[in-house]
Amino acid sequence: MSFTEDQITRYSRHILLPEVGGKGQKKLSQAKVFVVGAGGLGCPVAYYLGAAGIGTIGLIDSDVVDLSNLQRQILHHTPDVGRSKTQSAKEKILALNPDVQVNTYEERLTAQNAREIISQYDVVIDGVDNFPAKFLINDACYMENTPLVHGGILRFEGRVMTIVPNESACYRCIFKNPPPAGVVPTCQEAGIIGVVAGIIGTIQATEAIKLILKIGQPLTDRLLDFDARTTTFREIRVKRNPSCALCGPQASITELLAYDEPEACAL
Amino acid sequence: MQLTINGKIENLDVSTVMDVLKAKDIDPQLVAVEVNTQMVDQENLVTTSLKEDDKLEFLFFMGGGA
Repeated sequence: MSFTEDQITRYSRHILLPEVGGKGQKKLSQAKVFVVGAGGLGCPVAYYLGAAGIGTIGLIDSDVVDLSNLQRQILHHTPDVGRSKTQSAKEKILALNPDVQVNTYEERLTAQNAREIISQYDVVIDGVDNFPAKFLINDACYMENTPLVHGGILRFEGRVMTIVPNESACYRCIFKNPPPAGVVPTCQEAGIIGVVAGIIGTIQATEAIKLILKIGQPLTDRLLDFDARTTTFREIRVKRNPSCALCGPQASITELLAYDEPEACAL
Repeated sequence: MQLTINGKIENLDVSTVMDVLKAKDIDPQLVAVEVNTQMVDQENLVTTSLKEDDKLEFLFFMGGGA
């Protein structure tokens, strides 16, 4: 595949970078990224990946746009209230960059469909808002050997970690199991400063681009925690956990677990 | 004993990781604990002793995304 003149102009600021160049831009155009959730994190991630010329973006979400989403879910506009989030998001990505192929899945990611879908992508982005789904994504990515960029946000805080299966610590190396239902508040219950979703989402998108280009140091074996109140980032070193039930030597999780799925918090 | 907890130096009258959780009123179900970059399994919180200048990280669940 070669670039048209318009594409060379569109991606010129990338192509100028020695670490990207024409070759790197081509890698981006051939890459497939799966974004789970078209909400607070998924929107900035998918928007920037679309702008960057990622060839294929998969978007999964079963929800419709709610007025309360618009404070942070920047791909959805006021006239989109009531529309499917994946359709709304796809429309904006294509308006920004018609080069991108956007695959939409108007459903929830489940133990039944997760591996099949993830196996079609190179990188996965966690943009979901509940723990069962975060564990499901972590486990499915490990089983499919697909790098994952985990993200979480709440109130004024956010967190990112990149997971390269069999190389770096996974989510279960840190958190063994989801917390009991209802004890950790969701954004719907506790609130979220909208811009924090943008900050964390754009870091996730950056990680995906780095993984595709194989440049720099991925955010592996490190949890990056952000606090908007003090504008501080804190990096916590983590290691693969020898007692991890998913990726440790005595792993006991060999198939996806179907957790009881909680009510979505306005994905 | 002087400990570094989430990057801050604190003086606490404790001997195990569980003592710290109790002193800070933290539900052990809601936190992952790292001592000197090693994760401590939930079942070992009571038996994991601390010493002067240990570095603890309390990692709380952060589940939002939407």
